[in-house]
Amino acid sequence: MKYLLEIWRQASPGAGSCFRSYVYETEQAGATVASALQDLNERPTLTDVNGVTDSKIVWACSCLQKKCGACAMLVNGRPQLACKALLSEQKKGVIRLEPLRKFPLVADLMVNREVLFAHLQEMKVWAESSVSVNDKNNALMYEASLCLQCGCCLEVCPNFSPTGRFFGMAAMVPSARLLMGLDSVSSKQLRRQYRKAIVDGCGKSLACQNICPAGIDIEQLMSRSNAVTLWHLLR
Amino acid sequence: MKPRKQREFPNQPTPPHSSAAVNIIGAGLAGLSAAMTLAEQGIPCRLVAPMPSERAQSVMAEGGINAALDTMGEQDDPMEHFHDTMKGGAFLADPHAVEGLCRHAPLIVQKLCSLGAALQMKDGQPVLRYFGGQKKRRTAYAQSSTGKILMTALIDAVRKYEASGLVRRYSHHRLYDLLVNGQQCDGVQVADSYTGMVWFLPGAVILASGGMNSLFPGQTTGSVVNTGDVTAQAFVDGAALANPEFIQFHPTTFAIPGKRCLVSEAARGEGGRLFTLRDGQKWYFMEEKYPELGNLMPRDVVSREIEMIRQSGSGQVWLDMTALERTVWAAKLADLRQECLDYLGKDPAEEPIEVSPGIHYYMGGLWVDEYHRTNIRGLYAAGECACQYHGANRLGGNSMLGAIYGGQVAAQTAAEESSQCPPKEEHMVEGLTAERMIPTAVSQQAAKIFTRALGIFRSGEILSQAVTEVEELIDHETDRLQRNRLLLGKAMLLSALHRQESRGAHTRTDYPAADDRYRKTTLVHFDGHEMTVTLQDIPERRGEDR
Repeated sequence: MKYLLEIWRQASPGAGSCFRSYVYETEQAGATVASALQDLNERPTLTDVNGVTDSKIVWACSCLQKKCGACAMLVNGRPQLACKALLSEQKKGVIRLEPLRKFPLVADLMVNREVLFAHLQEMKVWAESSVSVNDKNNALMYEASLCLQCGCCLEVCPNFSPTGRFFGMAAMVPSARLLMGLDSVSSKQLRRQYRKAIVDGCGKSLACQNICPAGIDIEQLMSRSNAVTLWHLLR
Repeated sequence: MKPRKQREFPNQPTPPHSSAAVNIIGAGLAGLSAAMTLAEQGIPCRLVAPMPSERAQSVMAEGGINAALDTMGEQDDPMEHFHDTMKGGAFLADPHAVEGLCRHAPLIVQKLCSLGAALQMKDGQPVLRYFGGQKKRRTAYAQSSTGKILMTALIDAVRKYEASGLVRRYSHHRLYDLLVNGQQCDGVQVADSYTGMVWFLPGAVILASGGMNSLFPGQTTGSVVNTGDVTAQAFVDGAALANPEFIQFHPTTFAIPGKRCLVSEAARGEGGRLFTLRDGQKWYFMEEKYPELGNLMPRDVVSREIEMIRQSGSGQVWLDMTALERTVWAAKLADLRQECLDYLGKDPAEEPIEVSPGIHYYMGGLWVDEYHRTNIRGLYAAGECACQYHGANRLGGNSMLGAIYGGQVAAQTAAEESSQCPPKEEHMVEGLTAERMIPTAVSQQAAKIFTRALGIFRSGEILSQAVTEVEELIDHETDRLQRNRLLLGKAMLLSALHRQESRGAHTRTDYPAADDRYRKTTLVHFDGHEMTVTLQDIPERRGEDR
């Protein structure tokens, strides 16, 4: 099967940018955008459809099986993991790849997502005392542990901006794990941060539903976490 | 909503740490564990890694973590864990290190629970599952995403110390060079993958950079970021390697484009059965050949058996999980099922999955003593990049344990020894710029050589030929990174050639039996020109009551 990959090329944040097209052929069942990018970069010389020689494509990858979130990018406009995006499922064999747009560009398809971790630090997402895992909270804490910090949910969120006050679901999910496991005294600081950075900013657009590559049920986690934080507020 | 002041994302955090800080290269389980151990004692550290911890290979670990917690009422004991680990490793591991590992394991898992690691729990205690090479349930787990769950808990715990300044992250930084003077490591140079700037970081160095996947592109279950380049650089700089010939092939993997996917040992722990076809009938060969542990024999044994079948006429082996109960799929293996659906388009609850062995772990690596010291002062190693705990074959469930415990021990040792370093400040290295890192592997030609010679079955003839071929490649290689990788691969080949016996994961067709003269650690040294391979005695156990 022959595919045409239209890839955003930009050597650095200040450099000029354009889409360049590359022909990629594979007969491998299960070939993904990630495996295509790997193969393109392994070519001794990378040339586009016009025969122009290009440098290797800059993109981030690590596990190649949707466990690490490194390869999140826009595939035909939709934020997803390149290692999960099957070539065979892309319409008409034309696949447009762009970097996530909510984060500062490093080069080509690689972005700097440090802001995700800065947010978690600002919210003080950690425990000062022992966290309780029990039969009741186990399933939700497990689900909340799965967040990849890939940024896909933020890419589609109309309320999130890297410089804004709303930290988005990438901060909500890790907070939820601790909110479920900390007692009311120990979670006081995190509850306050959660209300400020999550509850107050979420416009409930639900754009993030069904976008999470890890399959996290964001709505359920958020409703439970909101209940924990707001119940204390009302008490 | 109030406008927020524009936040900047500096590539280099400030202010600088002094040389009292310990440098940790790698932010997976071993690196995080080391950072936390240091921070708990008020000792600053720099956590250097090409990617955030969320992208580390540790998040891919599936099945579980071993600890003789005895929550299943089977009268388990850390010393039984010790004996199983030593036996599983064909008695090649350092018994003192292994004893420390097994004795500390229950404390480690309890601490992880207190950090909120969402392990499977019942009545406030971790539920344990069966794993290979162990007769008792000893493996704490979280579905088949245990690594991710443990990493999340540790990442959150370390974040507290990041906020206080005790742990400083250098994300998107990679090791550029080790600064070794004679037999002393004085620090590292690290390169910023975003900007190309190179920084000198003084102080002790703990390497926690994982395995050596770049030598076997497409053949491994691990991360492409775990290239082995750090190990190779340390080796070239004079750090000895130990047992690099021992490569673990996980028996149940399947190929996807660009890599191999793991079918966790937990699948067999929960009742999955391996079979092949013999005269048109299902033959459960592991159960027939090994009635005591059956499908849960150690990984080296299962991989060999599968490979023998694959090389014989019948060829294919399947893992049959169709008899597993619905509740087991839902509560224990949901992730695994989804992975099979995503990448194979098959539901393992409905039909058997074809499996074959794939490279999963490197038992060998940088030589360390039981305190995780390399042979270079000021340089320590922990986790998969170090040779510790697993001998000739690692038991499932011991890798995450080894990484966490090893990180703790390395940090403790570094903390005790690093105060001897003279004070220096970190600084940018003028005139040095690194290229942006895109994970790469060795050339296809080199990969073919390593894959052919360092498979499950090896022979002196093929190994010798491979050494000659690799030496030729080394002679013509001008790129520093690629040359280091080839040297690392050559060390593996020489070690495999030198070990004229079959033990654990190393099977020589020309020396099919174990030979007690080789119940020793292989050591490889490189002086910049020549490699020498020697054997080192396994330490005798201390004390009489052991």
